[in-house]
Amino acid sequence: MSDVTNLGIAQIRDGVRDGAFSARQVAEGFISAVERARVLNAFVIETPDHALAAADAADAARASGELKPLSGVPLGIKDLFATKGYQTSAGSHILGGFEPVYESTVSGNLFAAGAGMLGKLNMDEFAMGSSNETSAYGPVLSPWRRNDGGNAALTPGGSSGGSASAVAAGLAPGVTGTDTGGSIRQPAAFVGITGIKPTYGRCSRWGMVAFASSLDQAGPMARDVRDCAIMLEAMAGFDPKDSTSLNLPVPNWEAALSSDIRGKRIGIPKEYRIDGVPEEIDRVWEQGIAWMRDAGAEIVEVSLPHTKYALPTYYIIAPAEASSNLARYDGVRYGRRVTPEGGNLQDMYEATRAAGFGPEVKRRIMIGTYVLSAGFYDAYFNQAQKVRALIARDFERVFEEVDLLLTPTAPSAAFGLGEKSNDPIAMYLNDVFAVPASLAGLPAISVPAGVDHEGLPLGLQLIGRALDEQSVLNAALAFEERAGFSARAEAWW
Amino acid sequence: MQRSTDASAAPMSVDTETVRKIAKLARIAVSDAEAEALAPELNNILGWVEQLQEVDVSGIAPMTAVIPNALRLRDDVVTDGGIRDAVLENAPVAEHGFFAVPKVIE
Repeated sequence: MSDVTNLGIAQIRDGVRDGAFSARQVAEGFISAVERARVLNAFVIETPDHALAAADAADAARASGELKPLSGVPLGIKDLFATKGYQTSAGSHILGGFEPVYESTVSGNLFAAGAGMLGKLNMDEFAMGSSNETSAYGPVLSPWRRNDGGNAALTPGGSSGGSASAVAAGLAPGVTGTDTGGSIRQPAAFVGITGIKPTYGRCSRWGMVAFASSLDQAGPMARDVRDCAIMLEAMAGFDPKDSTSLNLPVPNWEAALSSDIRGKRIGIPKEYRIDGVPEEIDRVWEQGIAWMRDAGAEIVEVSLPHTKYALPTYYIIAPAEASSNLARYDGVRYGRRVTPEGGNLQDMYEATRAAGFGPEVKRRIMIGTYVLSAGFYDAYFNQAQKVRALIARDFERVFEEVDLLLTPTAPSAAFGLGEKSNDPIAMYLNDVFAVPASLAGLPAISVPAGVDHEGLPLGLQLIGRALDEQSVLNAALAFEERAGFSARAEAWW
Repeated sequence: MQRSTDASAAPMSVDTETVRKIAKLARIAVSDAEAEALAPELNNILGWVEQLQEVDVSGIAPMTAVIPNALRLRDDVVTDGGIRDAVLENAPVAEHGFFAVPKVIE
């Protein structure tokens, strides 16, 4: 049998079903790959027992003819999802040692569909970051290196950096990510894989450690569009435990996959052509437009006039919601506690949070606290919520004319560790193309488009109408067939 | 409820005293050195988001839901409970079936 770690989700599912190999062989192959790649720091904890138990259940299910949609598929789970009996830290010291007594809806859905868990994936602390450098467990390394002969350590992006690195390095055929303002799409683009953020409300937020609740949305990251469709079907679904969960049936996205997008209208938003973006990004964008045209789509230039305000809007709303959500880390109910000698309850709160949160999280909590404070609430928070409504309205208008939008995913290829970590705003700009769709709650996918002059992957983004993941996936499939992206990071670890 | 504010006034620049006040509200202990370092960082970010003031938002209601979705009601019945030990399982300090904290009354 060839190396199972070269297989994607559909191939594993079908191979287990057809008896080409056992689920146990698959799990053992990936467990071994995870162990060999510890230098990448993609996993916070490894859970081979979970993956093997699910594999044995899959092999038994095959024998009794009771296979489930993800039987035999081992996955990585971002450490933002509460996993019963397994440490869930959200990349933060303040949750060090926290072992939930419950399962998040999304991970529970995946396990109920037969999947096993290889481990919990490293991430920026509380998903606040675009390079995985804010993790309390240290940065994740991308498996990619520049082709300049140097060994500079590159970021896999963030916040789902461990997720991205794990798929790109062949440590898992698919993983969960979460996306608040680009945290699935930007890392997917940086490592040459596919990742989709579905419509806000498709995947339950229950048991997902909260960052900014009006934006947080789970989604899959995998090697290709089909694998993302398979995983998303298992993850999504109505959940009464999440007040913003959409009470809608989950479409059969995989069954309806079709790269026939003839007659679809694809918009190219002119405001996404911004200064300071490398010429290579424009080049792959033009190439992507040509591929969509080749697939029979009609290309239309469109305007989303409030685009430039999306990032500052996001950096008011997300910290405001974070400052409220992260108030729960008080050292009383779970996680870490620091009590100064002779200190009272207030002293305990302040010392616990000072020791438990890293610098970027503190910065965002303080920004959020400030913009919500008396006297500034209207000028900052309310103004941002109004601009957010305008940004959403831009999309609504454009989607009266076109079916999809095609844009770059990120304004650059992966950068080196440490290159941007001293300048918060430079780091925030990573998500300039990803944030608008987040603010409007729209489904958006990143697909690999090519490589830059240093051999590093570049991705393009397709954004669709609310609830129209199918059109997004179909256009992405048409894109994938034409891009034929086959570049892989050469194993050096 | 409308909070008192003057939306047209440019927000004050954040000084170290304001940083300490925000940190107090956020229940995060900061040293003098940290407050000194945070003031310019917060000012940079707040200066950058300031550009939103130029957007004409007259007649626009603040967004409250990204995807239209009616809030559901459920029957007012007990659906959970009787799991004290599970609730306390991750508490840093639990005593006699309660969360324990430093003394709050003298």
